[in-house]
Amino acid sequence: MKFTNMDIISMKDFSRDMIDHILDTAEKLEPVARGKERSDILQGLVLSLLFFEPSTRTRMSFESAMVRAGGSVLNMGSVEASSISKGETLADTIRVIDGYADAIVLRHPKEGSARMAAEYSSVPVINAGDGAGQHPTQTLLDLYTIRRESHLERIKIAIAGDLKYGRTAHSLCYALSLYGADITLVSPESLRMPEEIIEDLRSHNINVYQTSSMEEVISDIDVLYATRIQKERFPDPTEYQKVAASLKIVPQLLDEAKEGLKIMHPLPRINEIDPQIDETSHASYFRQSFYGVPVRMALLSLVMGREP
Amino acid sequence: MNKASNESKYELRVQPIENGTVIDHITAGQALNVLKILKIPGTSEGIVSILINAPGAEERKDVVKIEGRELKSQEVDKIALIAPDATINIIRDFKVIRKKRVKIPNFLTGFVRCINPNCISNSNEPITSRFEVNNRCGKIMLRCKYCEKTIEKNIADHLL
Ligand SMILES: [Zn+2]
Repeated sequence: MKFTNMDIISMKDFSRDMIDHILDTAEKLEPVARGKERSDILQGLVLSLLFFEPSTRTRMSFESAMVRAGGSVLNMGSVEASSISKGETLADTIRVIDGYADAIVLRHPKEGSARMAAEYSSVPVINAGDGAGQHPTQTLLDLYTIRRESHLERIKIAIAGDLKYGRTAHSLCYALSLYGADITLVSPESLRMPEEIIEDLRSHNINVYQTSSMEEVISDIDVLYATRIQKERFPDPTEYQKVAASLKIVPQLLDEAKEGLKIMHPLPRINEIDPQIDETSHASYFRQSFYGVPVRMALLSLVMGREP
Repeated sequence: MNKASNESKYELRVQPIENGTVIDHITAGQALNVLKILKIPGTSEGIVSILINAPGAEERKDVVKIEGRELKSQEVDKIALIAPDATINIIRDFKVIRKKRVKIPNFLTGFVRCINPNCISNSNEPITSRFEVNNRCGKIMLRCKYCEKTIEKNIADHLL
């Protein structure tokens, strides 16, 4: 499979075979990502990190992946101090940075920015979030977590929280549709997933159920994926409190759960998971966050032509 | 009312043209959007006649006749988006010398504006908008190549 020089922009660009290959590569590299094995597969290569809005963890996760595999990173620094504040276009910035590095990681507040950047760049561009648009490395690390901690094929998963605006949930559902899945969407009426996404999933033969009750689904699922519920989405603060409380994952809720149930969350969490869950075998969210490193290491090595 | 008398009434309403273009079988109600696409009035001196809700073979249709003007291929592509069944008839000396159906292109470059105000194609970047066209049983959907948002309704409102 040929990944060299490929841009990583949107999950829609990937077939199931391609995803499997990325996840296989990540699994191979996991000991390197943990620092248990030394590797120099990315030695001599330079990665540029262009973050036009802060996302410290995503940035550090890419840095860790690059450095642990023997490569180096160039950080743009703050936007205020750079030419962008003087009004330079992203297209010009990319054409300049392109000469400094072997790949570019871009996070930018405008949707479609990574796709455009890829048109101006001769080196591969990896989208680390474009506004409310795509964040494919998050989805890939979510898939890796599900595969690693449970199983991908025909997973029974519940996705809870803000499903109306949450791009994490939309992109994950789309990717899971490539593997077949029973998806239960848990959210209050006002934050339901957009109808066109549900229709699209159903047209891929995915079973989609909707509910506002965690209790209703908990005994039947392999994975529970909680997403952030943002206060700002609710005009009425008491309504927010009510919804947040009803979707909160607490120890009593898990009494009915399967033994192997895994709980995921993209982090940072606000109030969605009771800290008492952290020490149980159900908690996968901190490992999930770590899995970003091997997954990003796999992508970097694949697109820069250094497949392990 | 039989078809023949229907036709003759129709002829009375609109004079044939000597040289120019007749756009026939326009989806009923879309004639004014066709004029908008062709930037008429303003781009041609000749007589332009419009029929709205004319009786067609199966359903009502709009017709636009433009004296002394032929269409550019980009204009034809735009018309296809709002009137997928339209035909373009080139007229010389009162005769139809060429007749073709519009064809919906697979990609649209530079003539539709993305509905997403936060899309990079709506910023000051040096790029032209680009859409993938999906034609699901005659229902046209445009997907922005950049932000992936879709346009399904009132496409005419988003033409540049
Ligand atoms: Zn767009």
